[in-house]
Amino acid sequence: MIFRRRKPAADARETFKVLTYRQLMWRRFKRHKLAMAGAIMLVVLYTLALLADFVAPYGPTQRVPGYISAPPQRIHMWGPDGFHLRPFVYALDLKVDTGGFQRIYSENTSRMLPIRGLVGGHLFGIDPAAPGEPAATLFLCGSDRLGRDMLSRVVHGARVTLSIGLVGMSLSFVLGCVLGSVSGYYGGVVDTIIQRVIEFIVSIPTLPLWMALSAALPAGWPMYQRYFGITLILSLVGWCGLARVVRGQILQLRDQDFVTAARCASASDRWIIFRHLLPSTMSYLIVSITLAIPGMILGETALSFLGLGIQAPAVSWGTLLQDAQNIRTLANQPWVLIPGAFVVLTVISFNFVGDGLRDAVDPHGK
Amino acid sequence: MLPLVTITGLKTYFKTDEGNVPAVDGVDLVIPRGKTVALVGESGSGKSVTAFSAIRLVAEPGKIVAGRISLHDEQGNVESVLTDLDPCGKVIRRIRGKRIAMIFQEPMTSLSPVHTVGAQIVEAIRLHTDMTRRQAREHAVAMMARMGIPNADQRFKSYPHEMSGGLRQRVMIAMALSCRPELLIADEPTTALDVTIQAQILELLADLKRDYRMSMLFITHDLGVVAQIADEVVVMYQGRIVERGAVRDIYARPQHDYTKALLASVPSITSQRRRRLSTVADVTAGLSAADAAVQHTVRTDLPPLLSVRNLRKHFPLRKGFWGNVPATIKAVDDVSFELLQGQCLGLVGESGSGKTTVGHCILRAQQATSGEIRFRIGQDEHDVIAADRGRLRMLRRHMGIIFQDPYSSLDPRMTVQDIVGEPLALAGISNRGERLDRVREMIVRVGLEPEHLVRFPHAFSGGQRQRIGIARALVLKPSFVMADEPVSALDVSVRAQALNLLQDLQAEMGLSYLFVSHDLSVVRHIADCVAVMYFGRLVELADAEELFTNPLHPYTKALLSAVPAPDPGSPMRRIDLGVEPPDPTNPPCACNLFRDCPADRGESIAPAVLREVSAGHFLRCHEQNI
Repeated sequence: MIFRRRKPAADARETFKVLTYRQLMWRRFKRHKLAMAGAIMLVVLYTLALLADFVAPYGPTQRVPGYISAPPQRIHMWGPDGFHLRPFVYALDLKVDTGGFQRIYSENTSRMLPIRGLVGGHLFGIDPAAPGEPAATLFLCGSDRLGRDMLSRVVHGARVTLSIGLVGMSLSFVLGCVLGSVSGYYGGVVDTIIQRVIEFIVSIPTLPLWMALSAALPAGWPMYQRYFGITLILSLVGWCGLARVVRGQILQLRDQDFVTAARCASASDRWIIFRHLLPSTMSYLIVSITLAIPGMILGETALSFLGLGIQAPAVSWGTLLQDAQNIRTLANQPWVLIPGAFVVLTVISFNFVGDGLRDAVDPHGK
Repeated sequence: MLPLVTITGLKTYFKTDEGNVPAVDGVDLVIPRGKTVALVGESGSGKSVTAFSAIRLVAEPGKIVAGRISLHDEQGNVESVLTDLDPCGKVIRRIRGKRIAMIFQEPMTSLSPVHTVGAQIVEAIRLHTDMTRRQAREHAVAMMARMGIPNADQRFKSYPHEMSGGLRQRVMIAMALSCRPELLIADEPTTALDVTIQAQILELLADLKRDYRMSMLFITHDLGVVAQIADEVVVMYQGRIVERGAVRDIYARPQHDYTKALLASVPSITSQRRRRLSTVADVTAGLSAADAAVQHTVRTDLPPLLSVRNLRKHFPLRKGFWGNVPATIKAVDDVSFELLQGQCLGLVGESGSGKTTVGHCILRAQQATSGEIRFRIGQDEHDVIAADRGRLRMLRRHMGIIFQDPYSSLDPRMTVQDIVGEPLALAGISNRGERLDRVREMIVRVGLEPEHLVRFPHAFSGGQRQRIGIARALVLKPSFVMADEPVSALDVSVRAQALNLLQDLQAEMGLSYLFVSHDLSVVRHIADCVAVMYFGRLVELADAEELFTNPLHPYTKALLSAVPAPDPGSPMRRIDLGVEPPDPTNPPCACNLFRDCPADRGESIAPAVLREVSAGHFLRCHEQNI
């Protein structure tokens, strides 16, 4: 509701600022600091994923031979010769401890590698090493056991992981809206059947179900087919929660006078559901979608982590985390957990945004 | 007269994004000991906020920004200054409930649904006294009995949902009065109740005030109620007091324009029928629109537009596991009437009497169980109940419906032009331009501006929303309109405008109304013909003038006697229908209200039927009672 400066007794012409529902929502959302932070974070993450080829200094499978499991390189502004306006990293010196079969990396302070903008079609990077010199590397988040830049792989992996959340959710959204509104609007036997089906699906432990289904995907499927297969599997469970939200809302709305009014004007059921009921549930739907996307993202991560989701040459945050399955690797190269940090960041951001949206659509909110 | 509470210069503001909203803007008020002060005003006038400020319960973002509220002792000395207290502190909590108690409009929501009513009264008692549990229980039962709750001892263990609205309100009063407060703040305590129950509660409150020698601050918008209960009247408008005085003076000689307008805009049970009501705008502009009767023609020469015969609508109750039906609620039970072209038939009854269901059956929003509904279009008569999809679509183009609640009847996500244009779109007018033209024409006709078309419902006041609802009902130019309590949710002055509009439109467009309402004075004002319903049955049907001057059925008499007249000189002589409502699955034949009904004496006689007792006056009763 909006407040008026003075409520006139007669309903004569009034002068006050009229805000649309969206403006009101946006205004309340902006007041939620954490949600705004989350929203900005998400915009940044999705922009990174969209522009992965440009943002990442390396390609997702590009190797720097020899430099395997290198630690993250620090960015410096102060060198031995004083302050540099252009940030730089020191080149890595590699020693192999033949006794312990370990690679020991150290910073070579005499060889500075300045970080330049727009190098070789990327946002930033370093000049390639001159012939004869040892390789120049820019591993801001370290490299993996094949000598690939972790940061670049995370940025590329974001494409799969972040988009699976959205694509999966839109599938769930369609299923949830249709089945939920049919269930709530018609009630009776139809409602009972749909609700029992939902209860059945929800009662199956999700991880084993996902595992069984993705194990059933043919191994020979190409990458994109597998991607959609996984999405389908994830949304098979995801629509249930949405359908319940939609059903609850529609149960509440279907006896409102404006629905009776439409019915008395001979509106068809389809007209009532799509013109009146679903638009009215939209704000609540957006909230539950925002809160359900993290579930999808976590699902993909879990499946890929177990090796059942996205398969090796393709990168996603889940496949990247496969390196972290081994405790020895974890102890020696803690940076393999960086994709996990990104997962946490994304999930928390979505939750904050969802929280803020929930407060924003609540008409009784302050 | 010793004062109990004095309020001086009270200002309570609500902080919003658009700046401070002055809900109460400089109010001075004295509540004397042992008197009832009525705070009258329309919604948003600040009357409730004034009361809430007094007990320091103003909700966020409201804040008392100036003024002083003090509580006096029995000698009239200031005992404590309520405005100086911490609103959550111990001192105010001891005053609240013990010395100043409150009852609210909604007895449904002010009682907790998970505790028995007895436990809730006991809790209130033990919070403020040091009675033992046993003493408190005894006291609670005694209080409930004092409030006229039958079988108080057994009712003590009931849950709120097991009680009717009237009984719940009695429980609320028992709870409020259990600690013998000196001041009772009653915030619209009877607004949600039926008239007959309202009359009981008002009588009870007046009684209790005398017995307990307490003061009452009675908040209401109903001028009839004020006349019956108040000693002093304070009229509020936009956060300020515009007039105050003894109740007789206010009604006999109102001074302020706003008070005059309020009194003029109420149709009363004694005023001239079918005239234009003055609105606040008229009075402040010095116009006297009143007395200009609105002419409309009832086509007695034509066959009836709508005839309803033996209409029944039954709802099975509590379906058992095997699908057996132990009881049915007869929401509509054998209702017959005719509606002429251009006529307005008022359908009156208390909540649950089935009046709305009759209207819904006519529009086929609900499917009738049995009976016959015939609707005339031109020369042809159509059977509504048997109509198939296509015919129903055609029939509904000639019918409109107006709802009670101006908030839930408009889709909040649609603009005015989409809302009003919806029936056109559904009727197959696909040309957007043509639709828009007709919507614009209708919107102007109901008194809104063309620039309102692109706005959403939340930008309008209740009265304007109702105008949008009326525009939607009439945009297809129907011949019949079912108006379901169209003015009940509106403020008094807006109600007058809406009634004027409905009358004007009826005269201009030759409409027939089925005007469903619980408000007898409104029905008397607008209807040509009135039908009274009681538990799904039509008990009396007559010309409006005849029905109100010469009611025959005991239920009609009881109903009429319960309407509070806006005249402090005329005390109510109400006929009591009993505190507890009858069982709706087995409703009484209202005949048992006749003192000497043979059915009441246990004689087996033919069931009561609707019969014509004099020209155009129908009465449902046993043959023996005529």
